Amino acid sequence: MLVHSRTGKWATWVVFFLLFLPLFALPLLVILTASFSTHWSGAFPSGPTVENYGAAVRGESLQALTTSLVTALAASVLALTFGSWAALAAAALKKGGKRALDALFMLPVAVPSVVVGLAVLVAFSQPPFLLNGTRWIVILAHTILVTAFAYQSVSAAIVRLDPMYEQAAASLGARPSYVLWRVKLPLLLPSLNAAAGLCFALSMGELSATMMLYPPDWMPLPVQIFTATDRGSLFAGSAVAVVLMGTTLLVLLAVSRIRTKASFR
Amino acid sequence: MPRWVWALPPVAVLALVFLYPLALVVQQSFTADTGEVSFAPYGDVFASEAFREALTTTVWLALGATVGCLVLGFVLALVIAFVPFPGGKAVAKFIDVFLSFPSFLITLALLFIYGSVGMANGVWTGVTGAAEGPFHFLTTPWGVLLAEITYFTPFVMRPLLAAFSQIDTSQLEVASSLGARTWRIVRQVILPEALPALAAGGALVLVMCLNEFGIVLFTGAKGVTTLPMLVYSKAILESDYPAACVVAVVNIAISVGLYGMYRVVSRRVGA
Repeated sequence: MLVHSRTGKWATWVVFFLLFLPLFALPLLVILTASFSTHWSGAFPSGPTVENYGAAVRGESLQALTTSLVTALAASVLALTFGSWAALAAAALKKGGKRALDALFMLPVAVPSVVVGLAVLVAFSQPPFLLNGTRWIVILAHTILVTAFAYQSVSAAIVRLDPMYEQAAASLGARPSYVLWRVKLPLLLPSLNAAAGLCFALSMGELSATMMLYPPDWMPLPVQIFTATDRGSLFAGSAVAVVLMGTTLLVLLAVSRIRTKASFR
Repeated sequence: MPRWVWALPPVAVLALVFLYPLALVVQQSFTADTGEVSFAPYGDVFASEAFREALTTTVWLALGATVGCLVLGFVLALVIAFVPFPGGKAVAKFIDVFLSFPSFLITLALLFIYGSVGMANGVWTGVTGAAEGPFHFLTTPWGVLLAEITYFTPFVMRPLLAAFSQIDTSQLEVASSLGARTWRIVRQVILPEALPALAAGGALVLVMCLNEFGIVLFTGAKGVTTLPMLVYSKAILESDYPAACVVAVVNIAISVGLYGMYRVVSRRVGA
């Protein structure tokens, strides 16, 4: 307790909410409100409508939603596979090797996403790998960008793992593969699950690399929102943005439900 | 079979899909139009006014946003942790949710609030009867700065809240019972404990601000060009790949250098 007087406390809270509400709550509220309006040129929006949502779940917007979901799902699964494989392999290495692998797999976080997009575009537009213009190039870029986060969270979880379990299993004669499959991976399940949620959310909102790469027939939601707002349809764009936020939240919620169940087992 | 063999497949995949493309970008940045190795693209880009302007804009925007995030994040986290109020848990939860949304949504919201026909200007013209409102900063670097501070402050708050939860509150009680005023407790007890988290959070935000693209793109301002924006416009709008690669290499050098520093700092302080 830092402030003891009653007036001091209230003053602190008032300042807190004067900063917090306009900066963080208002933007999300404004997008939500705008998605239900047709016009906004005063203090309050006008022309309440659900028409924006009608457009947001039809035609090209619906296609963008499925595109985003498929991309995020594929990128998360690939990133989790490679990220946790690398993290498990790194944990078995000596200190220098582990540090090198850490640096290598965290590098995509430091490199600007736009540059990752440019690099992938340059490399996979020329033989021997021709992926430009296909959906695979978008999925590939998303995978590269989110693998770092999968690697980081699985790595952190491995450090916290109690080595007693695997030692006990190994001393009872379990082979390394059996220990990995029946002891280590089940213990890592909660953090794998959290990493999956993180990867999915990041991929759903990815715009920078996608803008460099997307083919006309594989346009994810963030690009769709940009093209809508760029041609002036701010209200339709807001509805699509709400769909994006809602879908992300739903998936995160579902993932955390699975996690609670898994940790009770 | 030695253990390092298991590390080979993921490293090989990463090398193919990430390191090889990066190497190609570097190679292309050293290739002149005629196809031979030269520094000509660097000379051209460094000489151009647009590049120098983008570089300064990027750096001062990132520095300004980082300072803003650190100050704002410190104050907000301080209140949540040490002047607890009902619903404080919900606010912390909200911040976690906020982090999972893409950055450009903030700019989209700001368009409604401060845009030329937005809320703030609408209220102003309604009250004063003036022909147009006073808020035109959205398409200037200040609009980008506001959006970046809004979006990245939670990234500072999260490590800070974790660090604050480690502080023994009895230390604060002791300091207070010895007669220390609130500001003195913040300065001499809380701030030293929070420094590692502030350093780590600040470095992370600095790198993310240098790399930010969505916020600048959505602002749609011709006046605000940052390095990532320049990479995009050179490559996609002008199809000038050597120039885009040069800007990309500069951007990588700045960001990776800073990120390396962040890793060293955060490992040293154990955050």
